[in-house]
Parts: sequence; C-alpha cells; structure tokens
Amino acid sequence: MIASELKPIDEILGFLGSEERVFVVACDGCSAGCEVSDEEHTAAMVAELEKGGKVVTGMARVDMTCNQGLVALMLMQQMEAVKAAEGIVVAACGVGIQTVAAAVEKPVHPATNSVYAGGFSGLWRSEPRCAECGNCMLDYTGGICPYTACSKSLLYGSCGGPSDGMCEVDPTVECGWMRIYERLAKLGRAERLKDMPPLRNFRNMLPGGERRRTSLWALELVAPEVMEEAEEPR
Amino acid sequence: MSFREAVESGKFVVTCEVAPPKGVSMEHVKDEAELLRGRVDGINVTDLQAACMRVSSLATCALLKEMGLEPILQMVCRDRNRLALQSELLSAYVLGIRNVLCLTGDHVVLGDHVEARPVFDLDSVSLLQAAQGLVEGQDLAGGELEGAPADLFLGAIVTPGADPVEPQVYKLHNKVRAGARFIQTQAVYDVETFAGFMERVSDVEVPIFPGIVLLKSAGMARYMNANVAGVNVPDGLIKEMAEAGQKDKAAKGEGKKADFKAKTSIDIAGRLIRGLKPRCQGVHIMPLGWGHHVPAVLEAAGL
Repeated sequence: MIASELKPIDEILGFLGSEERVFVVACDGCSAGCEVSDEEHTAAMVAELEKGGKVVTGMARVDMTCNQGLVALMLMQQMEAVKAAEGIVVAACGVGIQTVAAAVEKPVHPATNSVYAGGFSGLWRSEPRCAECGNCMLDYTGGICPYTACSKSLLYGSCGGPSDGMCEVDPTVECGWMRIYERLAKLGRAERLKDMPPLRNFRNMLPGGERRRTSLWALELVAPEVMEEAEEPR
Repeated sequence: MSFREAVESGKFVVTCEVAPPKGVSMEHVKDEAELLRGRVDGINVTDLQAACMRVSSLATCALLKEMGLEPILQMVCRDRNRLALQSELLSAYVLGIRNVLCLTGDHVVLGDHVEARPVFDLDSVSLLQAAQGLVEGQDLAGGELEGAPADLFLGAIVTPGADPVEPQVYKLHNKVRAGARFIQTQAVYDVETFAGFMERVSDVEVPIFPGIVLLKSAGMARYMNANVAGVNVPDGLIKEMAEAGQKDKAAKGEGKKADFKAKTSIDIAGRLIRGLKPRCQGVHIMPLGWGHHVPAVLEAAGL
C-alpha cells in the first residue's frame, strides 16, 4: 500500500490550465483507504473541479489503478467520455497515475501526492514505480516519474549521458528523460520543459507524527502488548 | 585580464582543462597549468572526472590561483548535497576563485567507486540557480548572506551533437535563465554540425565555446563514437589518425623515433579551431593527458 494525500485544488486546476473538459480516474485501492479517492472525497473533488469551471466528461473507479489491464478495461468502457476530455485527472498513487498515463495518449494530471510506503511489507512493486516523494511531478513530466525513471533522479531534464536513448548507468535501460521528452512531444507539450519547477523537498518524504499514529504504526507499537495479554492465562 | 573580462570583451577566448591527480603529487598538474600561462584565458579544473576519486577541483583551483593563473572551478552534483555545494561555492570565493562551471556529473557506476551512494540532490540547472542565488545574497533556503559572492562568473555545458538535440536546447535555455553566463560544449569534430547547432540556439545570448578533444588514435575516435554520448568523429578524421598510426609503426620498425599521431592530432585540432572560429567566440580544449601538446595546437590554430 502506498499512502497518499490530495493535492490542493488550486494546484490541480493550475495543471489543467486551459483544458476545460476532463475525465476523472479514481482508485478504489490504497488511495481510497487513505480517504483521498474514496467515493465521498472523489465526489468532493469533482465538485471543486466543476466549481473551477471544468466539465467532467466522465469518471472511472478502478479497483487497483496500478493494474494495467484493469485500467485499460475501465477506460474502454467509457471510451467516448475519455475521448471527449482534453486531459485526465487521476486520484491514485504515483504508480496508478503512471499506469493511466501509459494507457492513454492524453495529458494526465495527478490529484494526489504519494507520501509514504514504509512499514508495508510484502509489497510487490513493478514498473512504473513511484518514489513517494510527496510532491507529485507527473503533470510536469507527462505521466512518467522523473525520480524513478531517471537513474540520477533528475528533475530538470536529461544529463549529457544518454546514448541512442539509453541510460549511461545501464545501457539496457531507456533514458527516463528521453521517455519523458518523447511523451511530451507526442502530446504537443514539450514546451512544458521550459518550466522550472521548484526544487525537490526531501522533507515531504519524512513520515510525520500524524501518520505515525495511523493504525499500522499503532499495530506495530501495540502488538507486543496485545500478544502479552493474549498469552496471559484466563 | 580575468576570464570574465575576456569573455565580456568579445575577444576570441581560449580555455583549457587540467585534471587533478589521484594522490598528492601535484607537480604534473602544476606543470601543465604553467604551460598554459599567457596562452589561455581560463583553466578548467575537473571535479572528480569520470566519477573517479582524486584531489578536489577546489584545492587545485586554489593552487592555480596562488600561481597567478585564472582557474575555472568545475562542480558536479554527484557527491554533495545542496548544503555542501553552496558551502563550496562560498569557500571557492573566499579562496579567490571567481569562475564556476556547473554540471550534473557522471553517475558513480561509471567511475572507480561503483558502490558509492550517488547524491544528485541538485543538478546542473538547480546548482546554477543556487549559485545565482548566492550571487544575489541569498541561499537556497532563503537565508541572507553575510557578504555575497557578487562577482561569481557562472557557466554551464551543452552537448551539441546529442540525438535528439531538442531536450538539450530546452535545458540550455533553462541553464541560461538560471544564471549561466558562458557555455562550454562536449567535443565537437564537425564544423557544419556545430554551425547548425549554433543556428538553432541563435536566441541564446551567452557565448558558446565548442569543446576540442585531442584525438590520440583512430582507436580512441572509434571508442568515443561507440561509447560517448553526443560525440561523432567523422570517418575522414579517423582515417587520418589510422594512417598516422601506421606511419608511427613503420618508423618504429625501422628503429626510428616518430610521432605522426601527435602531429596529426595537433593538425586536426588546429584545423577544427580555425573552422569554428568564425562561428563562435572561443574554444575549450580538453587535452585528456596531452596537455603538453596544447601550445602546438594553439599555434596550429593561429592563436
């Protein structure tokens, strides 16, 4: 499970810019559990988007947005609404957002920041990965995470290293920034690379006290006492 | 004349790179720098180039400064976070160093300490932003400086031969916006390709100095073509170097001493510089161990 938080609505509206018609994908997995993309909070976000002058052409709730097949299926069921939209707002973790981006040739805008995956064991993470950086950059980079796709986690474009589109660190791996550039060029959004987003804030990655009080942390702390109690003879 | 004054005067500027040693024997690097006295406008000192552990660029620049030379401090983002990078910029300034070339840096896996933790907290663009901030009296956290390094002269690099080149062009613009006042480039071997690049970036208002890497052999040229991103040595030059190599071999067979390879390499570099001269405001020479040939290269270039 990856914990996430909703981005401020103004940041999401800022991503959308002049795009008027949007399709919304909301995940019923981890981010719903975090009360970010559950039905109630998604409805609230949709209302905010509409208040901000956007037309929501349709919405898909996907059980696990990290599942590529499931995402493709859900989007196919609403093909017309997806086609009618200029961009897609995704309320899911960074993995889910990238899965949607890989499935559709439209700009994908994150509605969330993925903040934390620590403490969850048995997690099988496949590509595309999310670094839980706490400040999702997937809008700027066309739905491909620069922190995980680039071997140097660069935020301001490729280094001088890529050769024939492959990474200097591992020539069997595509340069993340070439993928980002090609994707943006395909969407007609390469000009976005003129923007210089703010520096990465590593503090966003520290789980705060609030989060440490969640049930999972509590379980770890409380579990020994519970076990002891359970072992006491009745 | 300082490097900045040379660049701002509009004259044809020449810089050359030297590399600090792995170990504390500084004689060689000092000798190479001494050879450049009066011949170049600035001496770049590489920063743990190719991710190999060595004496720092900062310490070497300070030594060159003591010798009365004009160092250009190269800084990469691989080994230090934003605190250390900003601190080093201030430290360089108090040691009298004024010129800084900001780079991202090769990844550690390309070097000699492949198990090291790569940092990349900043990159070339954000390092320039940080340095420009210091110039204006503020650090990255918004803290005010007690004395700003107001006359730091910042530079960056570009790879004109990158394929595709568009991402490089976007990044070049961002580097200039972030504070770069001069640009040095990856090795250039083809005047026309470079001229095409210059047309493409004609709206960049800071001077761009093409890189000249001395060819040591046909093998080196082929190696670079296969392994160095954005470098393309034309077949004609490879052929010239191969022929020179054969002449050297033949002379050696006859028991004679000959150095056709070096002569050809110097001739090629001289020709390149003369060809590039009308299209740019200077060149940056990277001799890669052949520093002793640089005076001959400058002579061949008519500089």
